[in-house]
Amino acid sequence: MIVRIAGEGQFRIPDEDQDKLNELDNATVEAVDAGDEGRFQELWGQMLAIVAADGNALPEDELVESDIILPPRDTTIEEARHEFTGEGLIPD
Amino acid sequence: MAGLGGRMSTVIKAKISKMLDRAEDPGETLDYGYNKQLELLQNVKKGIADVVTAKKRIQMQAQKHEQQIVKLDTQARQALAQGREDLARTALERKSGLQAELQSLDTQVKELEAQQEQLIANEKKLRQKIEAFRTKKEVIKAQYSASEAQVRISEAASGVGEEMADLGLAMQRAEQKTEDMRARADAVQELEAAGAFDDITALGSGGQDEIDRELAQLTSGAQVDDELAKMKAELGTGSGEADKPALGQGEQA
Repeated sequence: MIVRIAGEGQFRIPDEDQDKLNELDNATVEAVDAGDEGRFQELWGQMLAIVAADGNALPEDELVESDIILPPRDTTIEEARHEFTGEGLIPD
Repeated sequence: MAGLGGRMSTVIKAKISKMLDRAEDPGETLDYGYNKQLELLQNVKKGIADVVTAKKRIQMQAQKHEQQIVKLDTQARQALAQGREDLARTALERKSGLQAELQSLDTQVKELEAQQEQLIANEKKLRQKIEAFRTKKEVIKAQYSASEAQVRISEAASGVGEEMADLGLAMQRAEQKTEDMRARADAVQELEAAGAFDDITALGSGGQDEIDRELAQLTSGAQVDDELAKMKAELGTGSGEADKPALGQGEQA
C-alpha cells in the first residue's frame, strides 16, 4: 500500500503494516482526545518510525494516489485535533 | 482516502474530475490536464518566492533589533558614566528584552529556512511528476481505447493532484509561520519605539500568569544587575561610587 507523509512524499509499505498503523492511529485518537501531549508524541513517532523502517520511496514517475496520508512530521497536538478524530486517519 | 487526505486534496481533485468530465476526447483531456498542471506549477513557484521574500523582511527586522541592542548598550554606558544608574538600568532592561526577542527570531528564521528547502525540493519533485504525466499521456493516447484511457488518465491525474495538494499545504504552513513571525516582530518594534518595552510581558499576557511574569522579571533583573556590575567595573565606578558623577574616569563612553 502507498502512504504519504505530508510534505515529504510517498512510500510503498507492506500491506501487513496497515494493522499496526491502524492500532497506533486509534490509540493516537485517544491520546489527542485526552489531551495527553507526551503520549501523542510517542505514538505519532511510532507511526512515522514504521514508515521509515518498512517504506520505500516511490519513484518520481509513478503517478498514483496514496491509501493513507499522514500529516506533516512536526504536527502539534493542537493541529492533530483536526486530523486524529473519530476513526482517525485510517478508517477501521 | 481518509483523514488529512480527504480534506487536503478535495478541492484539487474536484477540479481535476470536473476537467476530466468536460472533454469528450481523452486526447484533449490529457493536453488540457497537462497545461493545467503547468499553470499550477507556476503558482507554486510564485508561492515559494513569496515565502523567501517574507523571510528576508524578517531578517531585516532582526538586523534592526541588533542595531537597537548596540545603541542601548552604548546608552547604558553613557548613562552610567554620568552617574545615572537608573537610566542605565532601564536601557539594559530594554536591551535584555530585545535580546530574548532576537534569539527567538533567529531560531524561527532557521526553521523557516529548513521549510523553504523542503518546499524547493518538493517543487522539483512535482515538476518531475508533471514531466512523467507528459510522457504517460503520449503513451495513453497512442495505446489505449477511449474508455480505458479515461481510467488511466484519471489515476495519473489524481496522483499529480495529490502531489500538488501536498505542496499547497506545505506552502500554506510556511506562509502562516512567516506571517506570525512578521506580526510578532512588528509588534516588538512598535513597543520598543514607544518606549514601552518593559511592559511587553503585561501586554502579551495571553498565556502567561502572574508567576510567569515575575519569573521573567527575575531572570531579566539578574541579567541586568550582572551587566551593570560589569559596566561599572569597566568604567572604574564599581567601588560604591556609582552615585557620583564619573566623567573622565575609566574608558570614555
